[in-house]
Amino acid sequence: MTDSAGITSEPGVGAPVENGRDPAVRIVDLVKEFPGGVRALGGLTFDVPKGELTSIIGPSGCGKTTTLKIVAGLADATSGRVEVGGAPVTGPGPDRAFVFQDFALLPWATVLRNVAFGLELRGLPKKEREETARAYVDKVGLSGFEDSYPHQLSGGMRQRVGLARALAVDADILLMDEPFASVDEQIRRQFQDDLLRLLSDERKTVIFVTHSIEEAVYVSDQVVILTRGPSRVSKVVRPGVDRSGGSDEIRRDPAYLDWVEQIWHELRDYLER
Amino acid sequence: MAASAGIRAGRTASRRAAAGVSSPWVLRGASILFVLGLWEWGASVSVNAAFPTCSDTLAAFGEMLVDGTFAEAYAETAGPLIVGVLLTAAGGVLAGLVMGLSSRAEWLGLPVFIVLQASPSAAIVPLITFVYGIGFTAKVFAVVLLSAPVIVLNSYRGIANTPRSLLEMSNAFLASRWQRIWKVVIPAGSGMIFAGLRLGLAQGFTGAVLAELIITPTGVGDLITFYRSTAEYPQMFAAILSIILVASISVTLLQNLERRLFRPELRPA
Repeated sequence: MTDSAGITSEPGVGAPVENGRDPAVRIVDLVKEFPGGVRALGGLTFDVPKGELTSIIGPSGCGKTTTLKIVAGLADATSGRVEVGGAPVTGPGPDRAFVFQDFALLPWATVLRNVAFGLELRGLPKKEREETARAYVDKVGLSGFEDSYPHQLSGGMRQRVGLARALAVDADILLMDEPFASVDEQIRRQFQDDLLRLLSDERKTVIFVTHSIEEAVYVSDQVVILTRGPSRVSKVVRPGVDRSGGSDEIRRDPAYLDWVEQIWHELRDYLER
Repeated sequence: MAASAGIRAGRTASRRAAAGVSSPWVLRGASILFVLGLWEWGASVSVNAAFPTCSDTLAAFGEMLVDGTFAEAYAETAGPLIVGVLLTAAGGVLAGLVMGLSSRAEWLGLPVFIVLQASPSAAIVPLITFVYGIGFTAKVFAVVLLSAPVIVLNSYRGIANTPRSLLEMSNAFLASRWQRIWKVVIPAGSGMIFAGLRLGLAQGFTGAVLAELIITPTGVGDLITFYRSTAEYPQMFAAILSIILVASISVTLLQNLERRLFRPELRPA
């Protein structure tokens, strides 16, 4: 525990979550029990600051995805509450967009139609929604592939389609469920940089589920560390890695490596218990 | 499914390159020629007069095509077949949809169709005459009886197996109930639904001909019965061949319709 006590008090790196605004998402004492009495979430409480990227990290089976799906309104909590912009979540809403781990693209639709699908469901005229979709296809670096079908794309490209679809509906909050889990490492790194670049233009609040510590530290403003069985918040940390340098510089930055190491210790303590 | 299509495409491509064959049509043609050749050879070494050679049958086929025998017969067979298949397609896909979407309908309907599929329909066809007589209705009923189970069960399976992640996605992007059914569930199940329709159409042909053989001799069934009684075996075989031909052509047309409507990504470029 001496280690973990050191995390938040690290001078000049972590700062408390106070920017004087209401959080975009507030999760209070969230409990999820599956039928049969399996307790997946044992009372989670944390805030997601507006306009920042918050990662949820923890061992597999710790309820990261369950938490995200409850925030999305795709699953119900057994007790506790989730507030988005101060209002309790009762189901999916236009203020949240989801990026799925398995992409969840329509195999029979072109890239363009997949990206425009959220807008199509909202009843936007074809011309208008395709115009928006084209812009986002371009932003995620897929121009030229508008008329391709998902099975003609690589895993990384498919997830770009998933990301463009989520951005196209212009929700304030982006929920990403291990978006890079099925993408290989080289592409993953490039994708992380692209994501950060995209987000800096978009000013979105992001909740990002991952099991990669490096990824969490690299992309996040805030990292929520969960423990397993039933899952609780072990710690909320703010790495605040200096991103002014290039990607390679950051990955060699001692502060970045320190954070990776410290989060690893935090998680390992719980695994060994 | 997409992945397997990709593998299939890849395999075809490499095979093509290896054999230097420019089009799958060459192989398809070769496969048909092979079967016809086998038939010709088998019939020529056989001493049975009731087994005509391929060439005799094809000659008879050409004759019957030219003199309008086929046109007349199919005009008669087509009535109950088309009415029966359309009824079953509409009702069967709808029943499958409802059963796939509601678990109550599933419990209520599924056993009926499973039993019906397992039952020997050909044995039931003669019984139809007791209820519906020997007219048009009885023949439509025979078509429905044979084609319904496979259409309903396939539609049901196609609908019930919609990938969970796509349902979740449509939910997250705020699809209404009808949008979800029309834009996700039906296209996702269309492969199974159309496979059911194709099999149902083929079964419908069986039902129509069976009715014409068992209930009253009309149309193509009458051709078969008539030429058998007059021992004109090439003509009889030509009639049977025509059924196979018409059935395969309709089934292929249906497949093309499916790709055009729901699965553009499977259409050959």
